[in-house]
Amino acid sequence: MTHLGYLIAGWGIALGTFAVYALSVVRRGRDPARRVPAERSRWLTAPGADAGNRG
Amino acid sequence: MNRFLADARLVAAKDLRIEARSRVVLNQVAPFALLVLVLFGFALDADQRTLRAFAPGLFWVAVLLCALLAVQRSVSVEQADGALTGLRLSGMSPAALFVGKAAAVFVQLVVLEVLLTAGIIVLYGSEIEQPLLLVATGVLAAVAVACTGTLYGALASGLGVRETLLPILLLPVLAPVLIGATRAFDDALGNAAVDGWAWLGLLAVFAVVATAGGALAHGALVEE
Amino acid sequence: MTETMATNGTTTGSRGSRVLGAATLLGLATLLLFAFGLTEADIRLHPTTGEEIGQFDAVRLLYLHVPLAVFTYVAFVLCAFASAGYLIRRTPWFDTMAHAAAEVGTVFCGLVLVTGSIWGRPVWNTWWEWGDVRLMTTLVLFLMFTGYLALRRATVDPRAAARRGAVVALVAVLDLPLVNRSVEWWENRTLHQKSTLGELKIQDLTLFTLMLGFLVFGLVLAWLLLHRFRVGWLEREDAEHGIAADIAERRAAIDEGDVDAAVGEGT
Repeated sequence: MTHLGYLIAGWGIALGTFAVYALSVVRRGRDPARRVPAERSRWLTAPGADAGNRG
Repeated sequence: MNRFLADARLVAAKDLRIEARSRVVLNQVAPFALLVLVLFGFALDADQRTLRAFAPGLFWVAVLLCALLAVQRSVSVEQADGALTGLRLSGMSPAALFVGKAAAVFVQLVVLEVLLTAGIIVLYGSEIEQPLLLVATGVLAAVAVACTGTLYGALASGLGVRETLLPILLLPVLAPVLIGATRAFDDALGNAAVDGWAWLGLLAVFAVVATAGGALAHGALVEE
Repeated sequence: MTETMATNGTTTGSRGSRVLGAATLLGLATLLLFAFGLTEADIRLHPTTGEEIGQFDAVRLLYLHVPLAVFTYVAFVLCAFASAGYLIRRTPWFDTMAHAAAEVGTVFCGLVLVTGSIWGRPVWNTWWEWGDVRLMTTLVLFLMFTGYLALRRATVDPRAAARRGAVVALVAVLDLPLVNRSVEWWENRTLHQKSTLGELKIQDLTLFTLMLGFLVFGLVLAWLLLHRFRVGWLEREDAEHGIAADIAERRAAIDEGDVDAAVGEGT
């Protein structure tokens, strides 16, 4: 296989970055997920349905 | 509409009066502009031929750096003693406030551009071949920079990190202005055979969008 | 308090997101198999001299770079729509979506620039090509959204952050055609158009693998967006709920006549 170094670098950096970013997102969510009660973490709230609770 | 223009003029006159009394832009930003031209000369190990070839680009980079300082100044004027709250309570429309602030920045930018033009003629040996194109470019680019800068100044206002945040927000957005104004100046100064008037068209589009968009978006920003 | 705690989730995952995640991982494995195993390198014969020309194995970066580039723009356009939605409706859903799309889009955008540079070196013999329209446009876009994220991080008041972020995102996306146009006029020497799809010997399998790449990186985007959205949503709920719970606790203490606890002493 030609250009093996470029291939490893390109795919490796991309997949590695995704892995690190995905882990960081999951870890960042762990703490607030523990504290927020379940009835307030309905996952997908329809736009506008929560109008009384603007942030 | 008359009310709108009167309000805008009032705000612009206020900012320019503050500048006339404090002379911050004249005494600090204008010398900085010339300093930038001199630094480019040192950095590029100057003979005048090189500098003359790069003069349009160096000119507009210097303008953008000065514009950052002018916008910072325009924002900080409103932060002292809750001046912005006062303006908001005055019942002025946010759009009029925006146009007034931008107009004051515009006037200061034009003064800086005149100074910098003299600078590149004296220091870099540039010659003006198409004065009309040069002036039109200077005016349209100043409108574009003043409006975008004022909008982004409002975005970053009130933040502790305003000074460092403003450049990273503002400069990428102004990339088309830098490219367009540099190319138009290339033509106006006889540096390269490009169609400067076509670039002027791009600057005009940018200026119109920045003015209209800025006036609209400013409402969403000052309501805080 | 304890019974609500018991029903709390402990991650941003849900059954749906786990299925999506598993599909994504499976898709990535399949994509790697196709990109490295089943497709062939780009080798063509020169029409007159008969020499071997082409991108050889470097073409395998196609299946990575092109889908990433397309989904970068998808994410940023989503961010712009969500920002516009926020300015019109002013609901936290739109703001959380805009912030999530911007952050994930910036990760995608950075990877597009890196993989493009790595691909450009063997194919164009340069890491960076000034004057290439898409390259410069993407770089400017990346810088704008870096600024967007910095602004959001620096703004403490969540409502101000939402409003300011929405304006920045809209300006960035509106500015994009102008950046593109100006760079295109700036230098008319675009490597991109002629050197990617048009020139390649596109076989059925190459095309299929590229489509698979679109599917897989679309899944990656969806999974990341979903989780990032939930993180944003939870962080906002957490901040609001925390304050509300504090107030309720102190009110209850006053009702019990425990003034010390209500003003926060002796706790």
